[in-house]
Amino acid sequence: MIINGVTIDKTFAEAFPMKATRAIITAQNEKWAMISAQAMTGFATSVIACGCEAGIERVLSPDETPDGRPGVAIMIYAMGGKGLAKQLETRAGQCVLTSPTSALFAGIEGGKQIPLGKNLRYFGDGFQIAKKIAGKRYWRVPVMDGEFLTEATTGMVDAVGGGNFLVLAESQPQALAACEAAIEEMRKIPNVIMPFPGGVVRSGSKVGSKYPALGASTNDAFCPTLKGMTRTDLSPEIESVMEIVIDGLSKEDIDKAMRVGIQAVCDLGAANGIKRISAGNYGGKLGPFHFHLQEIMA
Amino acid sequence: MSALTFTLKQATAQRIDLSPLVCQNLQDLAAADIAAIELQNGKSRRRVDELFTISGDDSQNIVIANSNDKLDFIGKDLASGSIIVNGDAGAYLGLGMKSGSITVNGNVGIYAACELKNGLIEITGNAGDFVGGALPGNKQGMKGGTVLVKGNVGARAGDHMRRGQILIEGNAGDYCGSRMLAGTIAVMGNTGRYLGYAMRRGTLLLWNQPQLSATFNDCGSHTLAFLPILFASFKSLNSRFADSATAFNRVQRYGGDMAETGRGEVLVRL
Repeated sequence: MIINGVTIDKTFAEAFPMKATRAIITAQNEKWAMISAQAMTGFATSVIACGCEAGIERVLSPDETPDGRPGVAIMIYAMGGKGLAKQLETRAGQCVLTSPTSALFAGIEGGKQIPLGKNLRYFGDGFQIAKKIAGKRYWRVPVMDGEFLTEATTGMVDAVGGGNFLVLAESQPQALAACEAAIEEMRKIPNVIMPFPGGVVRSGSKVGSKYPALGASTNDAFCPTLKGMTRTDLSPEIESVMEIVIDGLSKEDIDKAMRVGIQAVCDLGAANGIKRISAGNYGGKLGPFHFHLQEIMA
Repeated sequence: MSALTFTLKQATAQRIDLSPLVCQNLQDLAAADIAAIELQNGKSRRRVDELFTISGDDSQNIVIANSNDKLDFIGKDLASGSIIVNGDAGAYLGLGMKSGSITVNGNVGIYAACELKNGLIEITGNAGDFVGGALPGNKQGMKGGTVLVKGNVGARAGDHMRRGQILIEGNAGDYCGSRMLAGTIAVMGNTGRYLGYAMRRGTLLLWNQPQLSATFNDCGSHTLAFLPILFASFKSLNSRFADSATAFNRVQRYGGDMAETGRGEVLVRL
């Protein structure tokens, strides 16, 4: 399959079941909601070492938030429910409770309820106040700038993590420009996050390493500087490869995000140095979710 | 199906206990069985059809027509469905009610919404003392649900209240929120003396400056984030509380009752 001069490999991305939750952070203005959201989703690019994968889903207008203030929806993904609950709580406590004017609300109504502000209330040292409004429990925790308002729990649902595609380009600036275009379009799709910095990862990994202590190492088959030294997957004109990883609430959500992302890359096309789109997988043996690139773009 | 309607034939000298006439008790009964239910009337027991004319067949929607203030325990332990009372109601309206709704198009006596657990009670007129309170000797009053009173309420509204909300469009009598454990009481009108007497936690939300006891301390003026959410939850009510023009988030906060735990608050609109 070739779109605008870009070859779409006959391969697939392999993804895994994860647990996910969404939270809504509001603040006096969008600037401070975003600051809090960025802190809460920081150092959360990969479950390999961060404990979770997190990202900003989208900015919310005041009429979309529970308290009528500007807000940001963030999502957190983890391999298990226990880990997710721990990450949510510690991040909420250190990054939202601490952030000026912030408030924190559930972003998923259904699913299993996990603590959001339920335990952060103890920061109030007995001065905290519970309010049950319209069936939801909120905590008002006195803090130095006024009150931190937080919903007690949020929902945790089954999700999919690790959808991906690789952008193979003739130069590093062209690969990055294509990924930026893809991310801009993918951010318009609900229920997905791209957890890596700016949504793009330049250090795609393979399973295993020559060093026994490491479970993953650089994906040498896609490293352009190793073209003559390893069993490469790159043709001579490829000078740079970047990857976009997608976590979503469902396979369909990731499908949609991959479609618009790959389309945005292909719109730049061969004229802008984009040569191929590929994907990372483990032979289909590890992850139950397979995203076949050519089927997605058909 | 039309609402199952009990029209009081004539005012009785003695009080009538209407607690058997709740939706969950009547849902599988034939008309003749409903007519044969015996109600306590003073010292005697009288059949429903002796006291009321019965019409309609929808036991999940009960109407009590030509009601007066001698009809006690209307909607006691109501678990589902709705009860509409046309006229006044006596004491213990909605005692221990678990779910559903009661609307009274008139005034109600003492202990309305006493130990309410959930559901909505709407009173278009005035309510007597101890709205949402606890039965004498019990330690916890209403534990959930919403009580809306469009008129005034008597003394000790929300006495021992544990959770839920009491919304009063008119005035509240003395000792409003006394011995409150938690929950919210909102009063658009004026409040009487000894507001929040011995309250431990909970919120008294007022539109007008009250006369406060010395055991309530001024905590300053504040913009509170939970208030817009609270007011938004009133939107579905047939009430002035649903009017966005009445909403506010800027309040003077008083903490008390310091003679008790002192974790309660009186919030007065600024």
